[in-house]
Amino acid sequence: MPEDSPLWEVFVRPRRGLAHSHVGSLHAPDAAMALRNARDLYTRRQEGVSIWVVPAAQITASSPDEKDAFFDPAADKVYRHPTFYDVPEGAPHL
Amino acid sequence: MYGNDVDAGASSFDALIAADQRIEPRDWMPDGYRETLIRQMAQHAHSEIIGMQPEANWITRAPTLKRKAILLAKVQDEAGHGLYLYAAAETLGATRQTLYELLLAGKQKYSSIFNYPTLTWADIGAIGWLVDGAAIVNQVPLCRCSYGPYARAMIRICKEESFHQRQGYEILYTLSHGTPAQKAMAQDAVDRWWYPSLAMFGPPDTESTHSERSMAWKIKRFGNDELRQRFVDMCVPQAAVLDLTIPDPALRWNADRGGYDFTPPDYAELMAVVRGNGPCNRQRMAHRRQAYEDGAWVREAAAAYAAKRREPVHA
Repeated sequence: MPEDSPLWEVFVRPRRGLAHSHVGSLHAPDAAMALRNARDLYTRRQEGVSIWVVPAAQITASSPDEKDAFFDPAADKVYRHPTFYDVPEGAPHL
Repeated sequence: MYGNDVDAGASSFDALIAADQRIEPRDWMPDGYRETLIRQMAQHAHSEIIGMQPEANWITRAPTLKRKAILLAKVQDEAGHGLYLYAAAETLGATRQTLYELLLAGKQKYSSIFNYPTLTWADIGAIGWLVDGAAIVNQVPLCRCSYGPYARAMIRICKEESFHQRQGYEILYTLSHGTPAQKAMAQDAVDRWWYPSLAMFGPPDTESTHSERSMAWKIKRFGNDELRQRFVDMCVPQAAVLDLTIPDPALRWNADRGGYDFTPPDYAELMAVVRGNGPCNRQRMAHRRQAYEDGAWVREAAAAYAAKRREPVHA
């Protein structure tokens, strides 16, 4: 059997005002076909108003093996959250 | 991987499973978990694709344009379900092409239910009500499967399946409230599809090969027998509304258990169909191979066009 066509990751914007979210993947020979296939596969029930397709091979991802080390720098910076701070009694609009 | 990494991976995997968290594609996982999932998702995907055949058989002969449009949409959904599942299986490193090849070579199975013929229009109703109904009972727990991509595909599939079941039920209701001949046709379809639908839940738990390990890994959430019972208990009142009879003289309410007693399907028949000796096994596979070969020129043309467009343009 011949090689399958390239894999594309599909992102759909469900409606105006929302970001595109990943919904799945599909095979297609080129970007135009990937878009058409994505429309038929992932928006048969009006699930979207806009679609992105990205070649799966072009995605760079963080590795789950180094998950802890990679995200460690954020772990000890609780002061980035507003809940870290005590607000004095009676201070409005904070 | 070094021994320590495997140990760390295994303990992280066990902790995620214990905490009812999802496993994602690039996480460490036991080889058996990966193999079990690839086999199950591939078989599930193949079932959706082969399952298009018995229903497509009636597209050209649907009784009205409306029913024809609905059936077309349903068969298109089945193709979509197959593609979601192949894509989910690919996140584990299996290529769709390999899975196709294993199906076409007869080395991977699909659900044995699709080896039964659709003899009348009422069969389309019975498939929607019983076959899709049984599939929903099987599949809803898979929305909480421990493997993230499979669970996400199943959420999408289950949403779409409920239309399938209702359209089947509506077909049967229309027939059973039509002429005596139409009602007889509906009853005949239910008579033929009831036991094969019960067999869709697989062999009894005591004889099921993969059940226990899949439960421990939270791929599977309930045993075959428990799901089969749930299905029977759902169908009985639905059959009453249809005014159709479930073809089981032993069917009766058991107040002690809080469920219906029923005659189990013929598991010897199930195993014979799984082994390739159902009424339509050869026809289904021959049709699938033919469809794949007939589509080759489209795939080749699309690939050639894509390659040509990638070539640098010279002035």
